[in-house]
Amino acid sequence: MNDSTQGFVRFEKIDKSYDGEVLVVKNLNLDIAKGEFVTMLGPSGSGKTTTLMMLAGFETPTNGEIFLESKPISKIPPYEREIGMVFQNYALFPHMTVAENLSFPLEVRKISKAETKDKVQKALDMVELGIFGSRFPAQLSGGQQQRVALARALVFEPRLVLMDEPLGALDKNLREQMQYEIKHIHDRIGITVVYVTHDQSEALTMSNRIAVFNDGVVQQLSTPDILYEKPENSFVAKFIGENNTLNGVVKEVNGTTCSVDLDKGFGMVKALKVNVNEVGDKTQLSIRPERVTIDSKNPNANNFSGKIEELIYLGDHIRARLDVCGNNEFIVKVPNEGSFSHKEGDVLNLSWNPDDVRALDL
Amino acid sequence: MPIGDMLLRSVDDSQINTVFPNTFEEYKKWDKEKDELPPEEVYKALFQELAYGDKIQVGRALTRMNYSKSGWKSLIKKTSRAIKKVVKKEEFPDSYKEFLIETNEKWADPTYWYAMGQMINNQTSIYYWNAIDRTFDQELNVVQQDEDRRVYVQTWLKTLKVSIYVTVFCLILGFPVAHLLANLPLRYSNLLMIFVLLPFWTSLLVRTTAWIVMLQQKGVINGVLVWLGILNDDGRIAMVYNETGTLIAMTQILLPFMILPLYSVMRVIPKSHMRAAQNLGAKPAMAFWRVYLPQTIPGMSAGGLLVFVLAIGYFITPELVGGKDGKLIGSWIAYHLKTTLNWGLTAALGAILLGFMLIFYWLYNKIVGIDNIKLG
Repeated sequence: MNDSTQGFVRFEKIDKSYDGEVLVVKNLNLDIAKGEFVTMLGPSGSGKTTTLMMLAGFETPTNGEIFLESKPISKIPPYEREIGMVFQNYALFPHMTVAENLSFPLEVRKISKAETKDKVQKALDMVELGIFGSRFPAQLSGGQQQRVALARALVFEPRLVLMDEPLGALDKNLREQMQYEIKHIHDRIGITVVYVTHDQSEALTMSNRIAVFNDGVVQQLSTPDILYEKPENSFVAKFIGENNTLNGVVKEVNGTTCSVDLDKGFGMVKALKVNVNEVGDKTQLSIRPERVTIDSKNPNANNFSGKIEELIYLGDHIRARLDVCGNNEFIVKVPNEGSFSHKEGDVLNLSWNPDDVRALDL
Repeated sequence: MPIGDMLLRSVDDSQINTVFPNTFEEYKKWDKEKDELPPEEVYKALFQELAYGDKIQVGRALTRMNYSKSGWKSLIKKTSRAIKKVVKKEEFPDSYKEFLIETNEKWADPTYWYAMGQMINNQTSIYYWNAIDRTFDQELNVVQQDEDRRVYVQTWLKTLKVSIYVTVFCLILGFPVAHLLANLPLRYSNLLMIFVLLPFWTSLLVRTTAWIVMLQQKGVINGVLVWLGILNDDGRIAMVYNETGTLIAMTQILLPFMILPLYSVMRVIPKSHMRAAQNLGAKPAMAFWRVYLPQTIPGMSAGGLLVFVLAIGYFITPELVGGKDGKLIGSWIAYHLKTTLNWGLTAALGAILLGFMLIFYWLYNKIVGIDNIKLG
C-alpha cells in the first residue's frame, strides 16, 4: 500500500534535458501520497511544467523513472495513463459542445451511451454548469470554461489529476473563487491532484504540500505553513511571502543557534542555524516583516534601530520601509492599533526574536 | 458592368434585326402550313435589303446567320453579287422569288428559311443551347447537334471532372504540407514557406512550360525512368498534351491556394488540443480524426472552394499542356472570343460558368456555411 517510502506517485532520480546539454530537471525525487494536493511552485523556467508533462506522458525523462501506484509509467503512452489534466488554456475542443467535450473521454473508452450521459450530467452538476451542456465553449465565460475543463479532466475518473496553471487566464477575483472551488472539489472527491503554478498565494491556499522548484531542483517540499515559517534556503525564503534579508558571516555556532557578524560592522545577530555549517560561512539572514517588533526592548532579542524611509497606510496595518543595517528595503508591518505616530525620517528601535531569524545560504 | 454586358450579349440578337427589318416583318406573315416557301414579299424585302443595306452590317449579320445554319454566308454572298448586277443595270425582275431561285437554287430549300426563323426576335436562347450541344430544328424545337458538332457537353463534364480531381489532389497534397508549415519550428517552417511561395511568385507560363519540359516523352521524368531501366525506350509514358498533363500541372499551380488557407487555420489550432485528446484517452489517430481534422474544416473548405473556382475557369495551363483531350471550357471560351468572334456563344459559355460557380457557392453555403471560411 502507500506507506511513506513508496508513494502513490513517485519520481525517482529524474533528469530531463531537451538538448542533451542543459538539464531542466535535475535529480528529482518526489513522493506524492494518494489523495494529496501537491503543488509545484516556481518561477518560469524552473522545470515545474516539464515535470508535470513527464507525469502526463508528453515528455520522457532523460534519466530515472516515474512510478504510478508502484508501476513504472515511462513506457506507457499518455492515452493509456488514465491521468486527467487541466491545461493552461483549457484546451476545450471548440467544435464540440460542452457535453460533447465531456463525453469525449467516455466515448473513446467505449462506455455505453446511457452511462456516458449520466456521468456527463453529474460532472456538469459538480461544477455547477448543469444547464450549459448544449453550449459551445466559445459561448462561455473564462471561469465557466475553466470549470468545463475541470469537469472534463474528472469525468472519466482518472487516477490523478494534473493542473497546469489552470487559473492563469482568469482575473483576480475569479481566480480566488476558483481556488476555493477546486480545493472543495478535491476535498469532496478525494482525488490526488498535482498542481503547477507560479503564484505563491494560490499554492498556499490550496495545497497539502508544496514543492518549490528553482533551476530544475526541488528547493523544499513541505506543507504551506512550514514553507513559510521555516524556509530552508534563501530562495524559498524570498519566493514565499515577504522577506527581509541581512548578509553576514557566521562567528559562532552554538547547537541549533549561531551568531552572525553583519557585513560592514553593523553588529552581531543571534539566529537559528538552518543552512550554514561552520564558523566563517557567509550567510543570509531571513526575517519575516511581521516578526519584527517596534519599541519592545527584550534582552534576549536582537535589538537594532532603523530610519523610516517610507510609510504606506494599508488599513489594517501600516507598511514601513526602513533602512536597517545598510538594507534600505527592510519592511516592517506595524499593526494599526491607533498608536503609531512616527513620521518618515524618524529612527525606530526594532527587535526580533532569535527564533525568527534564520541563517540561510548565500 | 462587364458581367452585365456579357449576360446581355449572350441573349442579344438585335444586330441582325437592324439589317433585315422588312424581311423579318414579311417573314412573320408566312404561313408555313400552307406554303412550302415564303411568299413573294419576303423575297422582295430580302432583295431590297441586300441591295441597299450597309455592307459592313450585312457582313456581321451573315456571321450570325451562319450560326443558325452553315451555308448562309456563301449563299447570301453569291446572291448579293447577282443583285448588285441587277441594280446596276436597273433591270428589276418581275418576280423576285423566281429571280432569287434562279440565281441560287438554295433559295428554294425551305430549311434555310426555317433557320431564319430563329433570328427574327431581338432575343435568342440559341447561344445557350449551342453551349450545351443543342440547336433548333425547323419548327424551332430544341434538338441535339449533329454528332460531329457535339463538343461542349463533354468539355463541360471534363472541366468539372478535372476541377474536382485537382481540388482533391490539392487537398491530399496540401494538407500535410500545411500541417508541417504550422507545426515545424520557425526556422524550418520559414524555409518551407519560401518553397511554397516561390512557385507562387513565378510566372504561370514559366511553370507550365517547365512542366512540359518535365513531362514530355523525351522529358526529364521519362528520361530518368528509362535511364533507371524502369521503362524501356519505346515505353515512354505520355504524360503531357493530355488530361494527365493538365491534372499534374494544374494541381501544382493551384496547390498554394490550398496550402495557404489551410496553414492559416492550422496555425491557430493550439497544440494542446492534441495533447488534451490523448490525455483524455484517445489514440493519436483518433485524436487527429476527432479533434484536429474537424477544426481544419474552415481551411479545407476555403482552400477547396478557391482551388475549384480557379480550376473550373482555368485556361492557359490546359491550353498549353492539355493537348487535344485536355482542353477545358476556358479554352473554348478563348477560342470563340478570339478566333471565331462568336461573342454570343462566348458570353453564353461564360454565363453558364458563372452559373456553375454560383450553384457551388450556394451548395457550399448550405453545407458548410460561408461564415466558416477562413483565409487568414
